Amino acid sequence: MAYISNKYNNSFGSVVSALTKGMKLTLKHFFNAGKRHEATYVNDKNYFNQTEGLVTLTYPYEAIPVPEIGRYRLHNEIDDCIVCDLCAKICPVNCIEIESIKATEDIGLTSDGTKKRLYAATFNIDLAKCCYCGLCTTVCPTDCLTMTKVYDFPETDVKNMIYHFTDLSPEQAQEKKQKFEKQQEELTAAKAAAIRAKQNEKKS
Amino acid sequence: MPQNYRFFMLAVILCIFFLLMVVVPVVYAERKVAAFMQDRLGPTEAGPHGILQPLLDVLKLLEKEDIIPANADKKLFAYAPVVIFAAVLAGFAVIPISPNIISSGAYLGVFYLLAIISLDIIGLLMAGWGSNNKYAVLGAMRSVGQIVSYEIPAGLAVLSVVMICQSLDFQEISFQQGILMNQFAGLENETNYLFGLKALGIDVTNIGGITTWNIVRMPFLFIGFVIYFISSLAECNRAPFDIPEAESELVAGFHIEYSGFRFGALFLAEYSLMVLVSLVAVILFLGSWNTPLPNMGTVTFANWTTGKVGAWSGNLWGIFWLLSKTLLLLYTQIWIRWTYPRLRVDQLMHLCWKVFTPIALALVLLSGIWRLLMI
Repeated sequence: MAYISNKYNNSFGSVVSALTKGMKLTLKHFFNAGKRHEATYVNDKNYFNQTEGLVTLTYPYEAIPVPEIGRYRLHNEIDDCIVCDLCAKICPVNCIEIESIKATEDIGLTSDGTKKRLYAATFNIDLAKCCYCGLCTTVCPTDCLTMTKVYDFPETDVKNMIYHFTDLSPEQAQEKKQKFEKQQEELTAAKAAAIRAKQNEKKS
Repeated sequence: MPQNYRFFMLAVILCIFFLLMVVVPVVYAERKVAAFMQDRLGPTEAGPHGILQPLLDVLKLLEKEDIIPANADKKLFAYAPVVIFAAVLAGFAVIPISPNIISSGAYLGVFYLLAIISLDIIGLLMAGWGSNNKYAVLGAMRSVGQIVSYEIPAGLAVLSVVMICQSLDFQEISFQQGILMNQFAGLENETNYLFGLKALGIDVTNIGGITTWNIVRMPFLFIGFVIYFISSLAECNRAPFDIPEAESELVAGFHIEYSGFRFGALFLAEYSLMVLVSLVAVILFLGSWNTPLPNMGTVTFANWTTGKVGAWSGNLWGIFWLLSKTLLLLYTQIWIRWTYPRLRVDQLMHLCWKVFTPIALALVLLSGIWRLLMI
């Protein structure tokens, strides 16, 4: 049987030394198994210097820190939201659904001093549709819509991927709506009365 | 006879129980050692550090459906695991565990063991052929070719030990390798010389320890040990000789179609065979249940770590030394598996027929000459 010539040294000594080298390597790793790689962020000084020890992370218990500016799950701080609808307009995949009601009374300020004029009857973000581009957070005038560090939020039902951020219950929303409609009616009535009064004045 | 039968059943159940006590930790060790060598963690969830993992694996296998392929040869398929497991289990019958404990002190123990382990091959062929699956047949054929080939160097290495010890009885071979030699019926007047050479005139019968192990009694037996150990890897289809199972080529080899309890039996048989061949290597080459510590003048390490024959101390020390040496060899098997890549079929056969067989033959000749120098 003709052997294919190879570039390796097949002498007994070199084969044995190569085999021992391999065994030593695995043994070294075995004895270093007491050490663990630390779950540090990539800009950590030691990140590329950890050459020994186990690399596995027991994920739900440990995790590598995510970047400060990472783009993960969205969160809307509804108290600071002025329901301007900018986020819904910029969203490339239309995953934000907003329905607003004009407030009939003064409903206060956001934490940065902007006056709130609208209630959010619906403020839903469908994170199953979200493409995590972060455009909505850049357009948000009050910085109430932000991306958090949470990236692990699986659900067994896709419906649960729709996050509801409104602080109004449907009944409350209904009530606000009726109040607004009533105010509108009163306003129109007042306007009509004013016009009528003006016309009457002209006639007389 | 019925009473004998009942006793036999008891022995089998005890044997399986003790086997599980060794095999289950070995399965766990395999996973953990593999993980550590590859910088992974291995099982961590089941119990502290995952120690319950192998038990849960067995439970899972027992729960699973026993699937028999529609086109399989049902009888062969069903009985193959039984044949394989029985062959391996029967091998344990002649293994001495301590100076007192041996299931069957057969005079022809070594011969019986080599013969009964060969039955394994029939089971492998039955499994491969009965599955009616091309991978299974290929795996079984490779396995049989490999085992039949490697039995020759392994058998020759064992033969050289038998020639040095002049016995086929495992217990007699064990007694010869320690300070208890003269307490074995028939060996009362024997003397152990250093390196087995009478001409050197150094009597080590009462020094014992490592000086009376077979690899020191006849130093060239170390080569025999290496040949036997490597051949035994091939016989239990362990890496780097795992071409019958070659995951990347044959999926799983002969046991590809097996599931549930039958797969469990095959799996158990594979690990039991690992334990068995390691035990045989320890008994034949590494001093069996004898202590490695020699008596040195007034510091009688060997006496302290041997105990008395027939007493608890003797049994416990015997079991301790035998098991620790065996576990060391098992660790080496696992270590080798996770270090070396698989051999090609032609490399495998080259190693067996062109390297090991000639060396083993020369060793047999040398052992014969050495024996003449021993008496």
